[in-house]
Amino acid sequence: MAINTEKNVYTVFFAVVMVIIVGSVLAFLASGLSGRIKENERFEKQQNILYAMGVHENEDEGSVNFIPTDRVEEEFSKFITQQLVINGGEITEDDEAFLIDLKKELAIAKDGGTPRLPVFIGEKDGKKYYILPMYGKGLWDAIWGFISLNEDMVVQGVYFDHKGETPGLGANIKMRYFMDDFIGESILDGNRYTGIAVAKGNNDPVNEIKDDNEVDALAGATITGNGVSAMIRESVNLYRNYLETIRQ
Amino acid sequence: MALLSKKDANLILDPLADNNPITIQVLGICSALAITAELKASVVMALSVIFVLGVGNVVISLIRNIIPSKIRIIVQLIVVATLVIVVDQVLKAFAYELSKTLAVFVGLIITNCIIMGRFEAFALGNGPWKSFLDGIGNALGYGVILIIVGFFRELLGSGTLFGIKVLGDPIAKTGVYAFGYENNGFMIIPPAALIVVGIIIWVQRSRNRALIEEN
Repeated sequence: MAINTEKNVYTVFFAVVMVIIVGSVLAFLASGLSGRIKENERFEKQQNILYAMGVHENEDEGSVNFIPTDRVEEEFSKFITQQLVINGGEITEDDEAFLIDLKKELAIAKDGGTPRLPVFIGEKDGKKYYILPMYGKGLWDAIWGFISLNEDMVVQGVYFDHKGETPGLGANIKMRYFMDDFIGESILDGNRYTGIAVAKGNNDPVNEIKDDNEVDALAGATITGNGVSAMIRESVNLYRNYLETIRQ
Repeated sequence: MALLSKKDANLILDPLADNNPITIQVLGICSALAITAELKASVVMALSVIFVLGVGNVVISLIRNIIPSKIRIIVQLIVVATLVIVVDQVLKAFAYELSKTLAVFVGLIITNCIIMGRFEAFALGNGPWKSFLDGIGNALGYGVILIIVGFFRELLGSGTLFGIKVLGDPIAKTGVYAFGYENNGFMIIPPAALIVVGIIIWVQRSRNRALIEEN
């Protein structure tokens, strides 16, 4: 039996069948894999938070190596001693604070509501680390990360990631040489919370000056760099009241 | 008996050289410009396109006699989009790191004109096996150019290959940098890809003059 593929009825029938088949394949796949995907995302967040406080497996000077996924849960509970949620003036402990979606909370803050802001307090070799999440915009899409501070508001480590920055240019914000530049910079300028600016032409390419609130920018990634500066500034502003309480 | 007949072998080999989708047909230029600043990204993109085009061509070829011609472009798009989502989801579950590298390219694969071009020009009129070979061949031809461009752009632009410093350290002035060599920042911006592709086209056509058009 030959089918007349030119008939309108057939065209509609074909479209409907195709959509049903494709839809069920994708739905089946998505629900089947969602458990594993969620778990991967959970591990990734823990790895990133630990990375920001310097718990990682970096070997030579170029690599970025996280704690492997099979150990990350254990290491996370070992190094992160407290997870706090700041809700307006109220601070509560919450073991699942790292699962808070900062993007949603920032949207709430923008609408004038009170966001739930997570803070992670880590301890390593007797030193305390205050780790704040960050979320912002790069050139093409979202960028995010974590920044860890000590009581003097000096950066102990950062981690940046992005959704779709240009490979070789903006995507390099997650490279070791860029992230390491932030270590030792202060987010304070005198008494003002200024954050850290990603600056072009600051005549300090190897970043020896640590009190200028500036790190050297990436060539060809101006907008991504500006996004990083804005993201740090915004995060620092949101947490300013909390930071005041821990500052020495 | 050879594994592939001569005709079948040509389906794979032609797109690698004299009928290359990028340098001869000038298709898929958009992604060739966008993602070749790094060799790693080029390789990941090439592999994804090989999978999507190989499987997609077979699927389209299998259903070629029952696709209503009025909506065939939409059907082709759905096939590409579905395959890309499947790849993305599977990688997210089983190779999370790789999936993050790939995330940028998902949209680019769907819009890659080579894929739609092969569906339309080949898979709709040929059997599954031939379509599979054609898909793999064209994706390889695309991938080869991507990798060549990525190699030169990363080497000359950043002095690295796969992120490894092969020319020495530009800040500590070791390796070739000790002799006053500098990275060419122009190579990491997209126009440089156009120039590299242009040079490849030039080399290819001066080696095989039959490829040069009359005008």
